[in-house]
Amino acid sequence: MSRSPRVRQRRGAVNIVVGAFGELLITAGVLTGLFVVWQLWWTDVVALREQEQVLQALDWTPPAPVVVEAPPEPRRDPPPVDPEPAFGVVFAQMYVPRFGADWVAPIANGVDRRQILDVLGVGHYPGTAMPGDLGNVSLAGHRTTFGRPFHLIADLQPGDPIVIRTERTWYVYRMTSNAIVYPRQVEVVAPVPGLRAGDPLPELTQRFLTMTACHPMYSARQRFVVHAEFDYWLPVSEGIPQDLVDAGVRVVGAEAGA
Amino acid sequence: MCASSAPRPVREVYAALWRTLPGPALVKVVLLLALAAGVVWVCFEWVFPWISGFLALNENAVG
Repeated sequence: MSRSPRVRQRRGAVNIVVGAFGELLITAGVLTGLFVVWQLWWTDVVALREQEQVLQALDWTPPAPVVVEAPPEPRRDPPPVDPEPAFGVVFAQMYVPRFGADWVAPIANGVDRRQILDVLGVGHYPGTAMPGDLGNVSLAGHRTTFGRPFHLIADLQPGDPIVIRTERTWYVYRMTSNAIVYPRQVEVVAPVPGLRAGDPLPELTQRFLTMTACHPMYSARQRFVVHAEFDYWLPVSEGIPQDLVDAGVRVVGAEAGA
Repeated sequence: MCASSAPRPVREVYAALWRTLPGPALVKVVLLLALAAGVVWVCFEWVFPWISGFLALNENAVG
């Protein structure tokens, strides 16, 4: 080597710094990749496993078996309404035939991401109507990741049944419209959808249901909103709503269809 | 293979890790895989859920 020892030494120092920096970058790259794997795949695995357990743990009386010759009469009188449970309590199951025959999600009270939406599935906005009540049953769910219960929310068509089961009652709503709004537009979950803060609350005469999810997918910029209106109800002891039977939906606890 | 008996100065963390691990190459590979699995587990179980709370990639409620 013709270079002086000092130059060689400085080179060595530069090499060490560059080498260490390179290793840091590689490590950061690998960890970022791992994070993507966790977010896009592992959160689904964990959340779906958890929700499956939650549904089993409900341990409700199964609905009466389906009698094809004598389907239960849909009831359109005011349905029974359960009181709103405490935060975090799972109080209902949700079935949406459009989301698939095997699709079912638990509904818990609260829309906190960490405690409700990331683990338990669908969240009920506290203070909004309970299923069957006058007003607006408002529900939030992930459209991507964490089990993504509302993944197909944009596929819902007007007239599609959205079915909720509490311990004793089936409530069937029908999709009416959808909208894309900004996160601050809380009027979508108002007792009458569209009613703004400060507007006088009219006498409630209708039973609405509203679902919210993120929009666009993998973004928090806007919200995809679906509105529905109440159609009919049915005591669980009388059977399963015809909308679920016709669609071949697998109801938790029910015997496999004949 | 480094034939010199004096230990090389620590330059790269991963190279140092490889030299620190005991046993023949095969044992080192097994140990490295176990270490990597441990890192993945810690990240999946605690680090990533914690980070995701700050990212708000998938907020879905209004309010």
